[in-house]
Amino acid sequence: MTGNGILQIVLYFLIILACVKPLGWYIAKIYENKPCGLNQLLQPIERYIYKISGVQPTQEMGWKKYLYTMLVFNLCGLLAVYTLQRLQYYLPLNPQNFPAVLPDLSFNAAASFVTNTNWQSYSSENTLSYMTHMTALTVQNFLSAAAGMSLLMALIRSLVRHETNSLGNFWVDTVRGIIYILLPLSFILAIALSAQGVIQNFKPYQTIQLLQPIHYQKTKIDSLGNPFKDAKGNLIRETVKVTEQKIPMGPAASQIAIKQLGTNGGGFFNTNSAHPFENPTPLSNFLEMLAILLIPSALCYTFGLMINDKRQGWALFIAMSILFIPSVIITTYAEQKGNAALKYLGLNKTASSHFYSSGNMEGKETRFGIVNSALWTSATTATSNGSVNAMLDSFTPLGGLTPLWLMHSGEVIFGGVGSGLSGMLLLVIITVFAAGLMVGRTPEYLGKKIEPFEMKMATITVLIMPLIVLLLTAIALSTPKGISSIANPGAHGFTEVLYAFTSMGNNNGSAFSGLHANTPFYNIAGGMEMLFLRFWIAIPTLAIAGSLVRKKLIPANSGTLPTHTMLFIILLIGVTCMVSALSFFPSLALGPIVEHLMLGG
Amino acid sequence: MEVLKLLKTAIILLLIFTLITGFIYPIVVTGVAQFLFPFQANGSLIKYHDKWIGSALIGQSFTDEAYFWGRPSPTQPFPYNAENSSGANMGPSNPDFLPMVKMRIALLQKNNPDKARMIPIDLITASGSGLDPEISPLAATYQAERIAKARKLDKEKILLLIQKLTKNRYLSVLGEPRINVLQLNLALDKL
Repeated sequence: MTGNGILQIVLYFLIILACVKPLGWYIAKIYENKPCGLNQLLQPIERYIYKISGVQPTQEMGWKKYLYTMLVFNLCGLLAVYTLQRLQYYLPLNPQNFPAVLPDLSFNAAASFVTNTNWQSYSSENTLSYMTHMTALTVQNFLSAAAGMSLLMALIRSLVRHETNSLGNFWVDTVRGIIYILLPLSFILAIALSAQGVIQNFKPYQTIQLLQPIHYQKTKIDSLGNPFKDAKGNLIRETVKVTEQKIPMGPAASQIAIKQLGTNGGGFFNTNSAHPFENPTPLSNFLEMLAILLIPSALCYTFGLMINDKRQGWALFIAMSILFIPSVIITTYAEQKGNAALKYLGLNKTASSHFYSSGNMEGKETRFGIVNSALWTSATTATSNGSVNAMLDSFTPLGGLTPLWLMHSGEVIFGGVGSGLSGMLLLVIITVFAAGLMVGRTPEYLGKKIEPFEMKMATITVLIMPLIVLLLTAIALSTPKGISSIANPGAHGFTEVLYAFTSMGNNNGSAFSGLHANTPFYNIAGGMEMLFLRFWIAIPTLAIAGSLVRKKLIPANSGTLPTHTMLFIILLIGVTCMVSALSFFPSLALGPIVEHLMLGG
Repeated sequence: MEVLKLLKTAIILLLIFTLITGFIYPIVVTGVAQFLFPFQANGSLIKYHDKWIGSALIGQSFTDEAYFWGRPSPTQPFPYNAENSSGANMGPSNPDFLPMVKMRIALLQKNNPDKARMIPIDLITASGSGLDPEISPLAATYQAERIAKARKLDKEKILLLIQKLTKNRYLSVLGEPRINVLQLNLALDKL
């Protein structure tokens, strides 16, 4: 790694760190319904929305009502995204006249966007119309991110409030999350990205004349699409000359801004943020990377403010950072070292700040090189973002292992907006409980007694994910339909399938995209997995909130385990690693670790 | 009744947010971007001799020995097909990968006989998007001798051009140094 590479990584962390406090403060004000500076501008809109939708903003909800409301809202979203894709041929803003999306793919994409996963089974620039991008995908990018934050707020309120049932109002949380937080930030980012070269228009695809024509061979076919054969039955090949390039267009910047900020990750183009129109320059790359980690890290501070003990928020932030930073270093190191298979081919292996990045450049873009691809990959899998600026399938085995491990930890290392911190709080409950057992004292967190009910629910949420992910991986690997989609043979092919179900199960959305996932098997199995895990986990999470909010606040005494100390942070990290390691280490050994040893890395 | 009321609220709110985030937001962003940055928002298209000849951000395929070559592109059915961006998704241990890389190396060595070793890795590996418009300055320098010979130009002149068109890191920190292949080749034609 060059000195400049280290500088870029450090700079990234410093800017994130600088944003945590102001943004965290702002978000806390929004959800506590206090003045935030934008009230005069946005409050009339907010009130008008409540008026026409019949929402009573002062009406509080218990955990069951909160849950139903969220489920019903997401069900409507699911149906809307599905329908919009199926009808896209008949709708306007479809300049390339794309036909309706097939049913299995529509279902997968709908599940994917409603659950904040944004797994990309579709090849966007030749499948989806501008209308589908705007009204189906962009809208769900906002709604699913806001829903994640609403869920977190219900959980935080259950720690703040006591001896009550009310966790807040789902509608109010969602509306405020969108119009005060996500929409203004997205607008600013979208404009900044379009200045860098991310396209934003409604034009049809533009045709240009190539400087040098391309000749390629293809099988000759007749007017019915049947291939011509010669006397011996061989296919006849013909040379085709291409003199033009069709440049795709569309409203990309507006979708990409929210895709990064809302930890969504579903791209406007097939190759996601590796595409030059989604991510044209090092600056656009840096802004998008900041956007990925911005809200999830700021929410730690929001948490501290809302529970009136900032140290607790910082403790979680530190725990997440300690898990995150080594992942960045390992990925960068592995990718910079390069593919061991190419060791003796006479390649230039001297990285230099001014001329050349060297390293494993297969699947990476020149403008990002090694460092920005590795940093992005860690950030996008630590959070549940899942956008990619390099092809993970071509990463070295160890470089591909870290993103996989970051997802295996359950998307709690920063994680998705809202959902990440909720997941971390559940691990905190488990840690407090385990620590309580060790020292023989009643476990409590922030003055709330943690009892077997909370522990049971937290355990369900933590264990259900590995169970489903490993089960589906096993099914895929033992059926011809699952195996036939694998692109790379051997241990790497196993990793492709494990990665796919890990990514969908944790609502991440990144992929080892060699896997031909656009088949009915993967579309339907994956779609069910995304829906099941996102909403199944929401149920015990809200049940815990419902139980905690009813409890009395007990003042801290000499028997209370402080939860902001380094000791507790280490315990929490230990529990996080243990849960994922125990569940997933055997599968990692079969995939990336075997491949690493085989390559003689 | 309760459920129906909930459903009604959900549908109305979904419609409202479809209007706000699905129409108003992208349309306002389009308006502002088209007003402030029309070149970028429309795909950074470049004109040459009154013809649209490409986008500064989307690579093109070059195989002529008098042009600089870009990264190998795995898009289907032909390289640098902008309608179908895709990476090669070759795993590091894929048995097809090594022969493919060796073939690319052999082609480079045949066309750049002065540079048998020290091949820049970006010239023999596919990019992430299949449309990477750029190569490293080292990969451009590597090809200078061949281009000088094919165009019967002084090599120094080519090297100077490379130096002139090299884009440095943003604020000397972010990203990687790089050079745009299409712009480089256009500049060659203008020499």
